[in-house]
Amino acid sequence: MLEDLILTVLMTSVPLVYAATGELVVERSGVLNLGVEGMMLMGAVAAFGVAMVSGSLVLGVMAGAIAGMLTASLFGILVLGFATNQVATGLALTIFGTGLSGLAGAPLIGKAIEGLPQISLPVLSDLPLVGKLVFSHDLLAYGAVAMVAVVAYFLKRSRAGLVLRAIGDNHDSAHALGYPVLGVRFAAVLFGGFMAGIGGAYLPLMLTPHWAEGMTAGRGWISLALVVFASWMPWRVLVGALIFGGITIMQLAGQAEGWTVPSQFLSMLPYLATIIVLVLISRNRDFALANSPACLGRAFRPGK
Amino acid sequence: MINLVPRKEIPLRLTLTTTAVAVGLTLLAGAGIFGILGYDPLAALYQFFIAPVSRGYQVADLFVKACPLIIIASGLVFSYRANVWNIGAEGQMILGALFSGYVALYWGGMPAPLLLPVMILAGVLGGLAWAMIPAILKTRFNTNEILVSLMLTYVAALFIDWTVRGPWRDPMSFGFPLTPMYPDAGLIPKVDLPVIGRLAQLHWGVVGALVLSLVAWFVLRRTMVGFQVKVMGDAPRAGRFAGFSPALVTVLVLAISGGAAGLAGMVEASANIGQLQPNISFGYGFTAIIVAFLARLNPLGVIIAGLVVALAEMGGDSAQIAMGIPKVVTGVFKGILLFMLLAGETFNRYHVELRLPGAAARAAAAKETGGA
Repeated sequence: MLEDLILTVLMTSVPLVYAATGELVVERSGVLNLGVEGMMLMGAVAAFGVAMVSGSLVLGVMAGAIAGMLTASLFGILVLGFATNQVATGLALTIFGTGLSGLAGAPLIGKAIEGLPQISLPVLSDLPLVGKLVFSHDLLAYGAVAMVAVVAYFLKRSRAGLVLRAIGDNHDSAHALGYPVLGVRFAAVLFGGFMAGIGGAYLPLMLTPHWAEGMTAGRGWISLALVVFASWMPWRVLVGALIFGGITIMQLAGQAEGWTVPSQFLSMLPYLATIIVLVLISRNRDFALANSPACLGRAFRPGK
Repeated sequence: MINLVPRKEIPLRLTLTTTAVAVGLTLLAGAGIFGILGYDPLAALYQFFIAPVSRGYQVADLFVKACPLIIIASGLVFSYRANVWNIGAEGQMILGALFSGYVALYWGGMPAPLLLPVMILAGVLGGLAWAMIPAILKTRFNTNEILVSLMLTYVAALFIDWTVRGPWRDPMSFGFPLTPMYPDAGLIPKVDLPVIGRLAQLHWGVVGALVLSLVAWFVLRRTMVGFQVKVMGDAPRAGRFAGFSPALVTVLVLAISGGAAGLAGMVEASANIGQLQPNISFGYGFTAIIVAFLARLNPLGVIIAGLVVALAEMGGDSAQIAMGIPKVVTGVFKGILLFMLLAGETFNRYHVELRLPGAAARAAAAKETGGA
């Protein structure tokens, strides 16, 4: 029972890890993309549709990632090419993604598919205690941890990561040094879309095997909050996602156990927790802003 | 590459042109989407934008539909002008409906002429109180107002769901999640003119909405408050040197936008529904964001923008009924429109020059030969 509960918590946090890690890279490059919710929905609907038609979950996940990137590229063109307001453009992306995914998904409502075959490592997953928890997940769950590791290494240790962070902290200096500010930012935005798309794909393919309009239910926004929670450090995303996964499952478990609290109040928990966490993090200015990219949300115009 | 050179000032004609072009391109994109979906584009556009107002009384309904959008967007304009991003108007609207609904349902015994004014006050207070949460967290702890106001929308939606299914449910509602009907004195009356009579569902809240946006225009344009809001948005450093308080402006614009959204919730429940139900708003709080941008953050423009967007909303219904086009298309329209408007804003603020590789060198060479 407890094992299953922890397993569900881990699974619930997977989409958050993907989306938040992607957004973290975007923000580290100095761009604020509030359209995560829209990109996740596009990823979710594309993944579900393709997986259903092709019968291949791998193709589904790939379709989700591509849909996320295409959606993100719209944002990139506007924000980087036309120097539009990043907050408003991100909102537009969420509105657009919600609408388009609903339109594309209308024929998919009520259909179901099977989940990804779990790879259970034969011997390891039979180990007592840790076996089931560590070694019996779907590939995407392991992929989430791997992506966090890759991003952490990229930002901290690689030359390209250093350039990306430099662009996020001072785009004028980076430009003067000859780094392609807009190019790097566009690549980061695409990566954010790629990750949000996979995060979205995880929802209809793994968590709930069906498509529903607006099925992300605020997970994109919670991912944005997770980046703040993580104070722009990749590994902390993992911690934050587990906390949110735990709260979400606690709410479901509470409903199943027949707690006397009305279900609506339990359903509020993830959103209230997000607010509380944001307050706790942001009230400590030094901690909150230590790694915050200095140029976050500011438009860059090369011609000036 | 695209080169952007800032303009010193933005002529009104340019703003109108880019806005019209944005709307035109959105229609074009819409026609394309209808084509891809296999519908006749022209017939679909007709269903969307002309059929809903092809009869006289439908024009009155258009105003009724636009009413909450105009009220909310008139408030949001202040927030966005000050660079404060209240995107939780949806939740603030729900709280306005809840507060005013409480007055109507539990204090209905007060003298009839007092009931509506008290409900209006309660509605404004409800929205304002909900908006004060992000305001205080932002000014006190520097917490991001975008995320907080949005999270509170989910909370508000769950809260009203609980109230109308639980403690406030009408015991006579046969299990439906509805409160009792408001007393008659708590219903905003329909417009009933001496000679003309009633104009479909047109109610006095619509008139109030139009007056409100005029007042908003005056405050933003002609008062010190409006000036401070604009300065803190455009040039916060200059504002601080002038002694304006960023915290005060943040609280103020959230109070204005939250109060307006609360008022919209009160009006919607009292004039159109007459009771509380789980869905008071149907996304007006989010749609109003687009209205505010379509209006180029000008309260007077909000009236026209509100009508245009309301038309698209009604068109969604009519296209669904007449042609079976899924109603979510409206959402796609709204997203594309917002994209186009934002890109248009770039053309307002900058001279946009397309620079092809090598063009700069050629231009320099041309200059040299020309000068020689």
